[in-house]
Amino acid sequence: MIQLLAFYLFAAIVIASGALTILARNPVHSVLWLILAFFNAAGLMVIIGAEFIAMLLVIVYVGAVAVLFLFVVMMLDIDFAELRAGFVKNFPLGIAVAVVLLAELVLGIGAYRAGALELGTPDGTAAPIVGESNIENIGALLYTEYLFLFEAAGLILLVAMVGAIVLTHRGNRAPRAHQNIGRQIARRPEEATVNTRPEVGQGVQL
Amino acid sequence: MTAFFQSLGMNYEWAWFVATVAGILLIALPLMLAVAMVIYADRKIWASMALRRGPNVVGPFGLLQSFADGLKVFLQETIVPSAANKGLFLIAPIITFTVALMAWAVIPFNAGAVLADINVGLLYILAISSLGVYGVVVAGWASNSKYPFFSAMRAAAQMISYEVSIGFVLICVVLWAGTFNLNAIIEAQRGHGLGLVNGFAFNLLLFPMWVLFLISSMAETARAPFDLTEAESELVAGYQTEYSSMSFALFWLGEYANVLLMCALNAILFFGGWLPPLELEILYWIPGWIWFFIKIFLFFFIFSWVRATVPRFRYDQLMRLGWKVFLPLSLLWVVLVSGYLMATGHFV
Repeated sequence: MIQLLAFYLFAAIVIASGALTILARNPVHSVLWLILAFFNAAGLMVIIGAEFIAMLLVIVYVGAVAVLFLFVVMMLDIDFAELRAGFVKNFPLGIAVAVVLLAELVLGIGAYRAGALELGTPDGTAAPIVGESNIENIGALLYTEYLFLFEAAGLILLVAMVGAIVLTHRGNRAPRAHQNIGRQIARRPEEATVNTRPEVGQGVQL
Repeated sequence: MTAFFQSLGMNYEWAWFVATVAGILLIALPLMLAVAMVIYADRKIWASMALRRGPNVVGPFGLLQSFADGLKVFLQETIVPSAANKGLFLIAPIITFTVALMAWAVIPFNAGAVLADINVGLLYILAISSLGVYGVVVAGWASNSKYPFFSAMRAAAQMISYEVSIGFVLICVVLWAGTFNLNAIIEAQRGHGLGLVNGFAFNLLLFPMWVLFLISSMAETARAPFDLTEAESELVAGYQTEYSSMSFALFWLGEYANVLLMCALNAILFFGGWLPPLELEILYWIPGWIWFFIKIFLFFFIFSWVRATVPRFRYDQLMRLGWKVFLPLSLLWVVLVSGYLMATGHFV
């Protein structure tokens, strides 16, 4: 009973906030609705017993990706009139993408219903192994059967990261005031002050 | 508690529901009281370190000062700036406050005394604490004012930076304990040091990670010396600049609830939570939750002490510490700890 209520609550909020993400006029509001959708999707995952995936969804998407997204959108100065002018021009392309996504969704659900995918039955009987935690199951599978794919994904991400650094790295710019923390800490009072008696008109060397 | 309500003649689902609501109240109300007392303690500690008296007028020893402040704030008018985005402006403090309370659901106060004993407890805390930044960012943006906006951007960058190294520190602890469940992590610390001392901090390999975690938790909660989000010399009051009355008080309560949460995490992950410090029969005469509260308050004292004595970091120093010192160090330690555990056959 409580599970059913929770499911309808989460599902309704996911759909409503998903719709509002594309309907909201203000881009910052859009991002915030998207975050609400992510968060409630995590709630749905908890209900089907995939708590590890739910937590990862919140940590990675809500906690890191969406923050950066919000960060960028907040600083943009978006011209709404210009955005709406582009709507007619991009409409056919948008429809094409939507049709492809719909076809994929229908095919996926069809394959699932026909039992062609090894995801368990539609009534959810072959869901997680009872008595073993989610994390252990995923870890055991990821580091044995899918080890190559897992490492390859890591490498691809590493390459992307190096690429981003190379693109933004500017090399040796003009000299700037740079703090050498090691030198500051190593400084002692004895060497900080020196008593000298310079010749008149000579000045001191610092 | 569910069993108790079932014995009153409710069916399982209702009993569970009522027990959970009762559990939430049992945690949230004492927590609010604790926050009020901790604000008082904080002010007294700073005052002592600055050779002042601190609050000493309202109630005996000034004990009721926080409640007087609360009442004052409650009776004030909530002012919404005309240029602000009204809805988001009012939601932001609510997000901060709610998120600060949510994380306490998985904190074990004694053996088995936990609202939600889930097996991803530590990940849940990481997830919830990463939500905390939204209150600040939304407040900064919705205020539609310069200083709050700067503060929001600083807060976003700061919290993301330090969450990375906190994540690696937690992995070290999880590797050693072999579980994400907070109760089980505490149990794994029983007699960890020579069969006598309870706590991971007394492990030579994990001690540096505790130091990293303590400093990172100050940065994560934006406490001094890392309080750049509300650096009064540069940003007026940061993201709170445009807030008044209760909306301001919610930020304040949320901030202190987060500080207490980080103190509790320090106690749970490295000092054995509700276990007594030494594995002696006589120390078990004192109930676990008292040990836990003593440890929380000890860490809170350290937080206050640091705040009263250490000057504020500059922003580039803060980023340098997070990305160039803590991140490589904690990454190295993950390799080191897992290598040690593999070599000694901990996982077999």
